[in-house]
Amino acid sequence: MFVRIEPRPEPSRVMKYCSPLIAAVLMLISGLIIFTLLGKDPVQAFHAFFIEPIHDLYGIGELFIKAAPLMLIGTGLAIGFRANIWNIGAEGQMALGAIFGGYIAIIFHGSSSHFILPLMILCGAIGGILWAAIPALLKTVFNANEILVSLMLNYVALLLLEFLVHGPLRDPNGYGFPQSVLFSDSAMLPILIEGTRLHLGVLISIIGVGIGWVFLEKGFTGYQLQVAGLAQKAATYAGFKYKKLIWIGMLSGGITAGIAGALEIAGPIGQLLPSVSPGYGYAAIIVAFVGRLHPGGIFLSSLLMALLYLGGESGQMNLDLPSAVTGIFQGLLLFYLLAADFLIHYRLRLNSRQRENG
Amino acid sequence: MDFAIFIKILIAAVAAGTPFVYAALGELVTEKSGVLNLGVEGMMLVGAITGFIAMAKTGSLLLAVGCGMTAGMLMAAIFGVLTLTLMANQVASGLALTIFGIGLSAFLGLKYTSIALPGIPELPIPLLSDIPVLGKLFFSYDILVYGSLALLAIVSWFLYKTRAGLILRGVGEAPKSAHALGYNVVRIRYIAVLFGGAMAGLGGVYLSVAYTPVWVEGMVAGRGWVSLALVVFATWRPLRVLFGAYLFGAITIAQFHIQGLGIDIPSQLLSMLPYLATILVLVVISRDLTAIRLNSPASLGITYHPENQ
Repeated sequence: MFVRIEPRPEPSRVMKYCSPLIAAVLMLISGLIIFTLLGKDPVQAFHAFFIEPIHDLYGIGELFIKAAPLMLIGTGLAIGFRANIWNIGAEGQMALGAIFGGYIAIIFHGSSSHFILPLMILCGAIGGILWAAIPALLKTVFNANEILVSLMLNYVALLLLEFLVHGPLRDPNGYGFPQSVLFSDSAMLPILIEGTRLHLGVLISIIGVGIGWVFLEKGFTGYQLQVAGLAQKAATYAGFKYKKLIWIGMLSGGITAGIAGALEIAGPIGQLLPSVSPGYGYAAIIVAFVGRLHPGGIFLSSLLMALLYLGGESGQMNLDLPSAVTGIFQGLLLFYLLAADFLIHYRLRLNSRQRENG
Repeated sequence: MDFAIFIKILIAAVAAGTPFVYAALGELVTEKSGVLNLGVEGMMLVGAITGFIAMAKTGSLLLAVGCGMTAGMLMAAIFGVLTLTLMANQVASGLALTIFGIGLSAFLGLKYTSIALPGIPELPIPLLSDIPVLGKLFFSYDILVYGSLALLAIVSWFLYKTRAGLILRGVGEAPKSAHALGYNVVRIRYIAVLFGGAMAGLGGVYLSVAYTPVWVEGMVAGRGWVSLALVVFATWRPLRVLFGAYLFGAITIAQFHIQGLGIDIPSQLLSMLPYLATILVLVVISRDLTAIRLNSPASLGITYHPENQ
């Protein structure tokens, strides 16, 4: 062996920030290879996938629209992940947020009150919290694994949403299509910039990330979560109540996912549909990791992930690239990150002959 | 209820439970070595589509099984490199594997969507299958169902009757001691992880080639996650995995039979049953903390590397 693994005396701060960049670059290189394998001109495909979608103001707006739920949910999940509390149920919590928020929009359909939107967001948050409370409760009371419970609830939530739009919440004048009425203007988020679809929800999401930053970096609870994640026993000895941290970790994901769900239907979607998310709840997990579980990093990684979604759509339209490529890119990005993180704690040394002899 | 119908449901439950038997037994061996691979869903999906493609192209079941198992193993190898060599977090790596598998299988299956395969024939065992009722219930399945029972026997025998099985369990309980005794912990864990991947792939092949021989995107539909729950349900014991798998097989098919009985419940609500049942089972089993602590491998989910100690 010419290359030797050597533990670093201290984790490398440089590598901590470089490894997401390394991962992103490796993912882009893999993209070129995948495009070539698919028989596309790699440069043209690269342009269609990563540049074309954001070459104008409208495209930038779309980027932020897609990034908004990812950064919001990613921040909420990161709060739990820091303490090794694994809420994998954001996709379902988002669906519940959409259901609760959408229900408000439907029962107040036709009203022009200014209170509808805030009420939708509030109810969306409640929906997400309630759904996330189930795994938190089952974990704290019965010790049931929160990963499996929250994941199972994703399937349940999506079936619930499907049931509702096929039945009770279906538009009675909608020719039997599984969708709700189109929301009134009072239930729709206003557009912020003329010529784009950039809506108020993006601003709300960015504010949410800011609140997450204050909570994690400036508050005592954020510190407790960090300690619990690094050394659960130490946290217990210090008198931190781990059960309380489980609740905080799970519900922070729930509230952000619930709000994101309400913002999605009040923003780009405008009604309840059988599906309100192209996997944002799962993609947000990657966003949280690639963003180093830090709100600032999450903001940046959500933009990258949003670009993967936009690129998937653009590549499909312009070059007939299958949109499933997006999922492959997402998985690869996280693989590369986890692999590159190795260099935070270890360094590679070339073995010199002399040392081997000696 | 008619007795004949009851037998029919039991037979259908065995078929529906077989993917769980493969995937959960594979994961059980992986977890016994101390590694928690949450990527079962992704490995099953990739196994399902590779097996499906092999079957569609060649018509050879042997090739389909071989390709599916190899694909599952390759997926597991990615996980192994990340968690065992590069010491990445097992939870994050497993999630990445599942997300990657969902994307990769959808991508590979683009040209195969909604193509139907003929399925695989039943192999009634001569004489035994002619026994009234019992013959049909026990001796008239396809070869992959028998294969899953053979797997159960092999896994039980290996884990509890062989030296290698003892070493594998030792690595899962106390990797440091195993290392001190001169065993290569990382290599043993690699083998266990690859075995888990191959079995998850095979479970996927059973789904796409035998159980519902049509490729539908995301057709594993959470069965990988249920398999993970089944390992907990079985408190890491192989025979109980079989029982749990058939129980979940029965729950999976119950939705169709409830509709068949003319009970008017919306199909979406009935489809929730397996997922809700999984949660219920997890709660009932996990409540007993001592049983979990006694039975779960002590180093489960904790990274170990000799360079790191």
